[in-house]
Amino acid sequence: MIAVKATLVRDLTLLLRRRGEVLNPLVFFALVITLFPIAISPDPELLAVIAPGLLWVAALLAALLSLDSLFRSDYDDGSLEQLLLAPQPLAALSLAKVAVHWLLTGLPLALMAPVLGIMLALPAGSYAILALSLALGTASLSLIGAIGAALTVGLARGGVLLSLLVLPLYIPVLIFGAGAVQAAILGDGVAAHLAILGALLAASLMLAPWAIAASLRISING
Amino acid sequence: MWAFIHKLGSPKWFYTISAKLQPWFWAAAVLLLVVGSLWGLAFAPADYQQGNSFRIIYVHVPAAFLAQSIFISMAVSGLVFMVWKIKVADMAAAVMAPLGAAMTFVALFSGAVWGVPTWGTWWMWDARLTSMLILLFLYLGVIALRGAFTSRDSASRAASVLAMVGVINIPIIKYSVDWWYTLHQPASFTLTSRPAMPTEMWLPLVIMVLGFYSFFIALTLMRTRSEILRREANKRWVQDLVKGQVEETR
Amino acid sequence: MSLCLQARQLACERDDRWLFQGLDLDIRSGEIVRIEGPNGSGKTSLLKILSGQLSDYQGELFWNGAAMNDAREHFLANLLYLGHAPGIKSGLSPLENLAWYQALSGESNEESSGANGHEEQRLDALERVGLAGFEDVPAGQLSAGQQRRVALARLTLTPRALWVLDEPFTAIDRHGVADLERQLVAHAQSGGCVLVTTHHELTASPLLRRIALG
Repeated sequence: MIAVKATLVRDLTLLLRRRGEVLNPLVFFALVITLFPIAISPDPELLAVIAPGLLWVAALLAALLSLDSLFRSDYDDGSLEQLLLAPQPLAALSLAKVAVHWLLTGLPLALMAPVLGIMLALPAGSYAILALSLALGTASLSLIGAIGAALTVGLARGGVLLSLLVLPLYIPVLIFGAGAVQAAILGDGVAAHLAILGALLAASLMLAPWAIAASLRISING
Repeated sequence: MWAFIHKLGSPKWFYTISAKLQPWFWAAAVLLLVVGSLWGLAFAPADYQQGNSFRIIYVHVPAAFLAQSIFISMAVSGLVFMVWKIKVADMAAAVMAPLGAAMTFVALFSGAVWGVPTWGTWWMWDARLTSMLILLFLYLGVIALRGAFTSRDSASRAASVLAMVGVINIPIIKYSVDWWYTLHQPASFTLTSRPAMPTEMWLPLVIMVLGFYSFFIALTLMRTRSEILRREANKRWVQDLVKGQVEETR
Repeated sequence: MSLCLQARQLACERDDRWLFQGLDLDIRSGEIVRIEGPNGSGKTSLLKILSGQLSDYQGELFWNGAAMNDAREHFLANLLYLGHAPGIKSGLSPLENLAWYQALSGESNEESSGANGHEEQRLDALERVGLAGFEDVPAGQLSAGQQRRVALARLTLTPRALWVLDEPFTAIDRHGVADLERQLVAHAQSGGCVLVTTHHELTASPLLRRIALG
């Protein structure tokens, strides 16, 4: 338990000292959202229709952006080996790393989304659900994505491959996440969507740490 | 049981036994596919609504079945490889991936062709086609991951893990895509879920499905055999085998 | 307590090439075992197998007579491995780096020695490797040799019986090399065992044993 806490604290400290890395996904999120009205149309009525999907897709891509670095620096400087050799369950230690990723990527994205929602003329009444669905959903995304990050950490250019591996697995979360926001706008069925998002998170929490641990052991072998 | 599993795991044993099995599966595949195609394309009655275009079903459905089955067999092979370190299982998984991707593509393409007379367009975001498309991406991911490693051992393990992760996700993806589809396009006209197909229509379909499976097994056996030769090229038994064949031809 | 790491008929095949085959090893308390061999002869792979990182091998490993799979937890609790890369985070100070390693090694007796006690230990360990005064400098600003010394501070910080060291002398100055050599001998004399690869010529010692690969 001490080791898990220490890993959590260590990764938080490291990332908070390099604030740029924490801010980049947020800036990316805002930028991508800016592109859509420019590319499609500034018409608020049209934007309101596609806003839930746009916000979710852009947040998903922003969360994906920072995944590659999840284990990369640990792999490069050799502390990943040490993590593997700790007399502690690797699954628990990697869970701590994923938790940091969510705290510094998923959660800020969820908190920022309502602001961008205003810019896309997202109908009132769906803002809280937008933030909540993103907070729940990005936790699953971090967990699933970490499997891909662990599989590709040993590869010199794993970045694009990582997206290729992980994006298809993101689709259920995207469907129910964007669906929750849409349901909130229509005023119907929000609870069901959120419940399924919760179920997806529970399943990822149970299974992903083992897959991450197994993948890390493979990657360390080169 | 253990002894059996490990005997099965020996590439040499697999190579010998598959040589005996292979012709039977090829024969079954050719027979079933010829009978099924002739029956399905020439003798089965035309659909009262779709006319002759419905006959694409005899390619589309078996390919779609196979696309999913191959992914499952790939994941099972991966599991066998990871748990019992049986290399033949990994070789089989390696040769299955491109075949599965090809079948997924065939299912997608035949679906698109079928879409022209039924929907008047090459592509609809139909629940089945969408799931198939995602399955194709999953296949491509496994193939790309296997190709990205320089060490084959690591590549095998990584591909196995990804196949297992994928197979857990396939039902979830299917379920969520169905949910998404019913929410956005209340059930209109789906390609294959037809109520009460008459016997003379579905019997050839069953034959075609069996034919596709036999073809898959035969092809997998064949390709696994050449993969064995490739990977075990510096093993004693393979060199003896080659020497024997060279002398035979002299 | 006497410890013993045994390997029987160890073989490692990486992509159709045998790195080594039929290797029998007995590593016991009070020994320094040096693995020798030319580049690419599998020294690092052997160390990784013996430290339980690589599972891709044939043959059997025993820890104190028990099969490695059953004894893994006890084995890891007695192992200190230093790899090619020092495992030091450049964004953290040496003290912070060591604090993480201390927590990772599972020393949960915060109550008995107190958090301050741990801090004392870390300062002592850094002083022993000659890094007094660098405790709070971000490790990224230290030289390669100094970073290696931070990693070596773990040898005193977390008492472990079995040391597995992959090229520990890399980037260290002559003075540091002599210190480290003395430390290895002292560890073996006090009942620990050391498994080491190095291109540096170790001073002959009755405790030193060589194993050649390739």
